[in-house]
Amino acid sequence: MRRILKKSLQKPELAATLLLVVLIVVFEYTSNGFFLSAANLRGFLGLMPETALVAVGVTLLMISGEFDLSVGSVFALMPMTMAVLMVHGWPFLLAMSAGLLLCVVIGFLNGWLTLRFEIPSFITTLGMLFMARSLTVVISGGFPPRFDLNAVPAPLFAAFVGPGGLFRASLLWFLAIALLVGFILGRTNFGNWVRATGGFLPAAQAMGIPTVRVKIAAFIICSVLAGFAGMLQVMRLGSPLPSSGEGMELQAVAAAVIGGTSLWGGIGSILGGVIGAILIRVIDNGLVLSQVDGSWFKLAVGALTILAVIGNTWLRKRGQAMKVSEH
Amino acid sequence: MDGNPTAATPVISVRDLHKWYSGVHALRGVSLDIPHGQALGLVGDNGAGKSTLISILSGLHQADSGEIRVDGDPVRMRGPRDAMNLGIETIYQYNSMVPTMTIARNLFIGREPLKAQVGGFGILDERRMRAESVGAIADVGLHLRSPDALVGELSGGQRQGVAIARALYFKSKVLILDEPTNHLSVKETAKVIDYVRTLSEQGMTCIFISHNLQHVFASCSRIVAMAHGEIVLDKPTGETSLDEVQNVL
Ligand SMILES: Nc1ncnc2c1ncn2[C@@H]1O[C@H](COP(=O)(O)OP(=O)(O)OP(=O)(O)O)[C@@H](O)[C@H]1O
Ligand SMILES: [Mg+2]
Repeated sequence: MRRILKKSLQKPELAATLLLVVLIVVFEYTSNGFFLSAANLRGFLGLMPETALVAVGVTLLMISGEFDLSVGSVFALMPMTMAVLMVHGWPFLLAMSAGLLLCVVIGFLNGWLTLRFEIPSFITTLGMLFMARSLTVVISGGFPPRFDLNAVPAPLFAAFVGPGGLFRASLLWFLAIALLVGFILGRTNFGNWVRATGGFLPAAQAMGIPTVRVKIAAFIICSVLAGFAGMLQVMRLGSPLPSSGEGMELQAVAAAVIGGTSLWGGIGSILGGVIGAILIRVIDNGLVLSQVDGSWFKLAVGALTILAVIGNTWLRKRGQAMKVSEH
Repeated sequence: MDGNPTAATPVISVRDLHKWYSGVHALRGVSLDIPHGQALGLVGDNGAGKSTLISILSGLHQADSGEIRVDGDPVRMRGPRDAMNLGIETIYQYNSMVPTMTIARNLFIGREPLKAQVGGFGILDERRMRAESVGAIADVGLHLRSPDALVGELSGGQRQGVAIARALYFKSKVLILDEPTNHLSVKETAKVIDYVRTLSEQGMTCIFISHNLQHVFASCSRIVAMAHGEIVLDKPTGETSLDEVQNVL
């Protein structure tokens, strides 16, 4: 019994899960029961997969010991590239592949520049944030191209599919991808290398793990997920905006950290990142429904980030200090 | 003698090894033969080149010139994995374990048993990892509560015990310990030294690096002293003394 308690106290996502439950109850109350209504959930579950997917990638990368501040820009650049190519007559599949390939290149560059020149990924990806955003605006030519929604299989990504149309297809994509990444991190040898690389780099190197390749792979996965999430949003809205995804990088880091991911790498879980992202969306949505001035949103997220990290640290320490009987 | 090892063939044989670090001549022609089953103590002042020598033997760095033979065969080690595959395992003061991971995970970092795999990537056989790590740790006489405990929760001595268990589990021929007792309590240091002694009694070749000459004399049968990138003394423990070693350093 104590062992189970100890184990769950050490789960990185515990504090965020508890907070999520509390907030849902509070908002359900302050919105007079509208928060958990089907009408509100429809909207909520349509938005959530997009930010949560970005958080999945950022969480994985942070566990490997690196950062990516360029995800918000990549979120905008990928669908913009795709839309522009389609305006030039490219078929959907080819344009999507080209967009995702661009994400692979950006992720690779983020990783390669960081590791080759031994500079902090904070700097590399900060630079990439500006460059990818600028590219997005440049290729959009100032006026965003409209997707010809008949030329793209938008329903495949954005159609309401749940029971009673409760959620969109994007939720299924998100669940499949999050489960896959969670599985890779938790149950495969590659995941073990990611944790070792982020947990203590010299040990991972001494044990012969190809740490550079592991990190570059994590950078690429992070970029591709951000781009794919951006595409999901455009499938929902119909038109790529040069400004979409602004500020998303910090929300994604906040989501990862709220979900128990350590800034120093090695500690964290995909589930935690997802819960963190959901928490942020819940606050956004809940404040609006409770008729609180929307300007309070960032204050709430900021306070939550600090609170969650304090909570995580405290719980983990309690868990470690807990003695369980021998054998 | 190539490819035809006999009992007399040294397990590791090093000839005229040189290593420069951008201007620093860290190894100046080191030659050393280590027979099977020997416990060799490597001593020397700070910066003498001990870590450089063993980092070459463990595949972490490459020598600029010179030859390394393992069981008589010339080898080129491009990374730690090459050394591990040749049976050379290295334990560092801090660097051999990931504190944020469990004992079971640590034991198998880079050599995970897989249930199913494609092209080197696959699904961990976690049941086997846990079961075998319990056995491996018990084999070195360590009693730990669970293979799921984080290495970061272990004492320094316990960590070195797990690292040694890992080397034994993977049947390494040569165990290199670079200052494994730094920052350990007296009791834990004694324990680690005990390991070295037991291992060499069991026929494992050990290279033990320490600044504490007493520890080296207590656990090794041969003393090699280095200074300024060269070997300045090489004698069986019985034929030298603390004073003599201290004098050459
Ligand atoms: N990565 C490196 N880059 C540059 N110079 C290095 C590097 N590693 C070691 N050196 C230099 O090589 C020389 C030998 O260092 P080494 O670490 O092998 O000594 P050591 O005998 O292990 O010393 P200590 O007892 O302090 O561990 C020193 O002059 C050191 O400054
Ligand atoms: Mg050293």
